[in-house]
Amino acid sequence: MSSQDHHEESFISKYIFSQDHKWIGIQYGITSLVFLLFGFTLMMVMRWQLAYPDTVIPFVGWMFEDGMLSPDMYNSFGAMHGTIMIFLGVVPMVVGAFGNYLVPLQIGAPDMAFPKLNMASYWTYLAGGVIMVYSFFVPGGAANSGWTSYPPLADIATTGQTIWLFGMVFLITSSLLGSMNIIVTIVQLRAEGLTWGRLPFFVWAQFVTSFLLVLAFPPLEAAGVLQLMDRLAGTSFFLPSGLVVGGEILNVSGGGSPLLWQHLFWFLAHPEVYVLILPAMGVVAEIIANNTRKPLWGYKSIVFASVWLGFMSFIVWAHHMFITGMGQGMSLFFQTTTMIISIPSVIILSALFITLWGGKIRFNTPMLFALAFLPMFGIGGLTGLPLGLAPTDIHLHDTYYVIGHFHYVVAPGTIFAIFAGIYFWFPKITGKKLNEGLGKIHFFFSLIFINGVFMPMFIQGLAGVSRRLADGGVSYAHAAGVLEWNEFMSMSAWLLGVAQIPFIINFFMTIFKKVDGVADPNPWQSTTIEWTDTTSPPLGHGNFEIAPVVHRGPYEYSVEGASEDFIPQTKK
Amino acid sequence: MQIPYNEELRPDTGLYNAKLGIWIFLASEIMLFGGLFSAYIMLRVGAPVWPPLGTAQLNIPMATFNTVVLITSSVTMVMAWASLKMNNFGKFKMYMGLTLLFSAMFLVVKYFEYSAKLSHGFTPAHDTFLAIYYTMTGLHVIHIIAGMIVNGYLWMPGSKMWKSNPERFTNRIEVAGLYWHFVDLVWIFLFPSLYLL
Repeated sequence: MSSQDHHEESFISKYIFSQDHKWIGIQYGITSLVFLLFGFTLMMVMRWQLAYPDTVIPFVGWMFEDGMLSPDMYNSFGAMHGTIMIFLGVVPMVVGAFGNYLVPLQIGAPDMAFPKLNMASYWTYLAGGVIMVYSFFVPGGAANSGWTSYPPLADIATTGQTIWLFGMVFLITSSLLGSMNIIVTIVQLRAEGLTWGRLPFFVWAQFVTSFLLVLAFPPLEAAGVLQLMDRLAGTSFFLPSGLVVGGEILNVSGGGSPLLWQHLFWFLAHPEVYVLILPAMGVVAEIIANNTRKPLWGYKSIVFASVWLGFMSFIVWAHHMFITGMGQGMSLFFQTTTMIISIPSVIILSALFITLWGGKIRFNTPMLFALAFLPMFGIGGLTGLPLGLAPTDIHLHDTYYVIGHFHYVVAPGTIFAIFAGIYFWFPKITGKKLNEGLGKIHFFFSLIFINGVFMPMFIQGLAGVSRRLADGGVSYAHAAGVLEWNEFMSMSAWLLGVAQIPFIINFFMTIFKKVDGVADPNPWQSTTIEWTDTTSPPLGHGNFEIAPVVHRGPYEYSVEGASEDFIPQTKK
Repeated sequence: MQIPYNEELRPDTGLYNAKLGIWIFLASEIMLFGGLFSAYIMLRVGAPVWPPLGTAQLNIPMATFNTVVLITSSVTMVMAWASLKMNNFGKFKMYMGLTLLFSAMFLVVKYFEYSAKLSHGFTPAHDTFLAIYYTMTGLHVIHIIAGMIVNGYLWMPGSKMWKSNPERFTNRIEVAGLYWHFVDLVWIFLFPSLYLL
């Protein structure tokens, strides 16, 4: 196929239906940033309803009847906020964008193993996203049974739920194609000398994550097919006999089990949590090693820990179901495995903390985000322990405490890691560093306000406020003592939105900034192949002029006797 | 730009890319059908009687015939690949044609089975046994059709590659074959679970 080598590409094949992993990574990145913003906007509207129930929403009120968010709409927004943030925002960002762009570069490969599948993966993802957004405009609005789509409610919900299921099929297919590709690329296309023990931790994280996606998503696809059958063909997979809806017995055959959905759903959705966090840990590990100018402490331990984490994540799912009445034996098993899975997470986090010890830390913006990730993820992890134990979970289940817990993992955890990664690899993509001043403004205000949003949720949750109330708990006496936090959290959320403006300005300002001369290919003095063996960014269609040969591990910083404080992996 | 190991094996893994790719894909397929089999088990364990009273009687002779047809198609699929390995393109054409013929035969029998059930009002909505029966066999039929599209492509237009890149074409047949055996294997599990047990 030498004809592919040096031919001129048309605009469409270069920028739209591109098969270049770098451009597909950028497509993924931009699309998922837009979806992250969209999902966040939904939440900012919901927070108005929570802070000031039954008042007209400013700015966007004209879109709604009476200028307010009705309880049904609130449910739709809640379900779609979760769906969009997870399946259209964070996963495509950490796997689609970072994985696509960086994995081939970090392993010295010319491209992904299957470039056409890679392109198909992006376009199926976009189709899934369009379907999800479209569902807002069907009668009855978008899916409104929560992002978990529990039946029987989801079985009898409005049309939006059917569209949600179709959208999910596209998203599942997309991530299947993407993750297959990443696995094959890592196994088959590593550069000469790049043994498994010399892979950067980021690549390991992507490898484990891809296995989780390949093996955990199909059961949700199966569950989705069953729910579609329930909704379209009138079957009763998730509908028990004698179910009463609106005072009448539902006219179905019955004999199904609502718990079946929960098992199949959480069999995906718990590994999914590690899909969200593992690549983030990978990003943070790269940035911390680079900016402490030290080798990553305990490289082998964290690699083994991540594999262990991946394996364990398949046998903890039912800790989401302690109060379903599935039985004490089941609860005992799943709380034990849940306590065990916290060990590898702690190993990884501790190794990253210890890496900081005695390092010459450079406090640039990517490093600040990476450093903030550590305690924020720590809070998220530790607050998860009471949820993993059945006795305490009974009290906390379905309260704001749960929301606080997983948002600490995903928002100031993963999303901070995403920002760290964007600031860190931006010069790789464009040849220009993002502005440090604006970056620091972005960081500090984000850090303050994101804690303002999520910290009070623990207080409300401990008081027993349910997570699913459209009025934020006004109608419940037990919530009265903690209601004043609603306004505080909403203010923080809107200010958090404002705090993203410096980032957006920075992003476009830097892209359009004119810089003279050739860009530095390795502005962070890093050791890994994507910085050391490529030409000046932006990179063309090929990755490497000469196929790299690797001679050493990924984190040889501050080696005694070396002329510089870093030795590239490809240096003899 | 050339992706390495499309045709030749990578020395340390002993694989070409697509072969690893299809194995990973099949792993995910196992999880897909595994999810459905788990659903089947949970529904069955939760049911007071199984199969539910008043449900349809599945046609065992027809399904047995279909099992034989599908296994035969798997055999001809291997023969198609082996013919290419022995450099006999004519035989490949014949065996691939037979594979497609047997796949079509499976679908025809399945069509008669479905229509006999549906004409008596035994729809998926009738009870959970028929629901899981239609869902699982239906998904399997979709997999058969997908396999036929791929095999049909490799049989006719795709076989031009034999002239330009015989090694890669042989690999493609092997990969399509792995998928086809998997589809066969799914049926081998479906047949006893739904018809016999």
